[in-house]
Amino acid sequence: MTAKSRNLSIAKRGLLSFETIMWAFTRLSALGMYALIVFGLIGALVMGARNNMNFADVMRWAFIPNVTHVENTALPDTTPWAAPLWKLTASALLIIAVGHGVHGLVVIADDYISTARGRQIVRIISGVMILSMIGIGLYLIWTS
Amino acid sequence: MGLNRNVSLMTALRYKGQGPFLTYILHRIGGLGMAVFISIHLLASFLGGSGGRFVNNIYENWVFQIFIFFCILFHAINGLRITILDLFPKLILYHRQAIMIEWVAFIAVYGFSVFAIIRTALGG
Repeated sequence: MTAKSRNLSIAKRGLLSFETIMWAFTRLSALGMYALIVFGLIGALVMGARNNMNFADVMRWAFIPNVTHVENTALPDTTPWAAPLWKLTASALLIIAVGHGVHGLVVIADDYISTARGRQIVRIISGVMILSMIGIGLYLIWTS
Repeated sequence: MGLNRNVSLMTALRYKGQGPFLTYILHRIGGLGMAVFISIHLLASFLGGSGGRFVNNIYENWVFQIFIFFCILFHAINGLRITILDLFPKLILYHRQAIMIEWVAFIAVYGFSVFAIIRTALGG
């Protein structure tokens, strides 16, 4: 079977519509989060997680490398865990995760809300949610 | 009409979607679970006080940890499968095999996590 020729431009194939861009964003942000989680995992092992934490504690740290996530472990000193590097990593993870997650909620809502007006309201709520969750999350990361 | 699908609830529940449908619905449950509970966790930590402390104590309970770890790990591992198959569409022919591999990976990682959570809950 020969490959189908693609005579349509990217724009005409609809690949530049908002929904298609968000489809790609959902997949690429998943890979981005994996990279940041693996980075947090390696960092935890370098900082001596093996002797003072269990597997679940390490995972909790990797999902959001915020120092409050390891304060209940047997770590003798959590100072390195509160370094700016980890606050930056956690901030990046938070921003990507909120975008990914809130768009996911919009996708689910669209399965149940089909009117144009309803979908517009969902998008306004999602915008407010993205901004407020990123704001609250950044505040928590940088003040903890 | 968005909600009118001409399918009764019982028919929907008996839908024979099998393995791929199970991962689809668990992906949704995991994603929704994370969105709802991590939002509440953020708000509770932000508001603080006795109310916030109360909510975060629930989150630190081992039963809740087992639930939220299921949501996160299933969503993450299933999401990786979806991402790989979508970025390399030729692999979609093998999506059932991919789901089997996914379950092996999930059971290994989730099993370790649940073991660690329960052992800590029982006093290490």
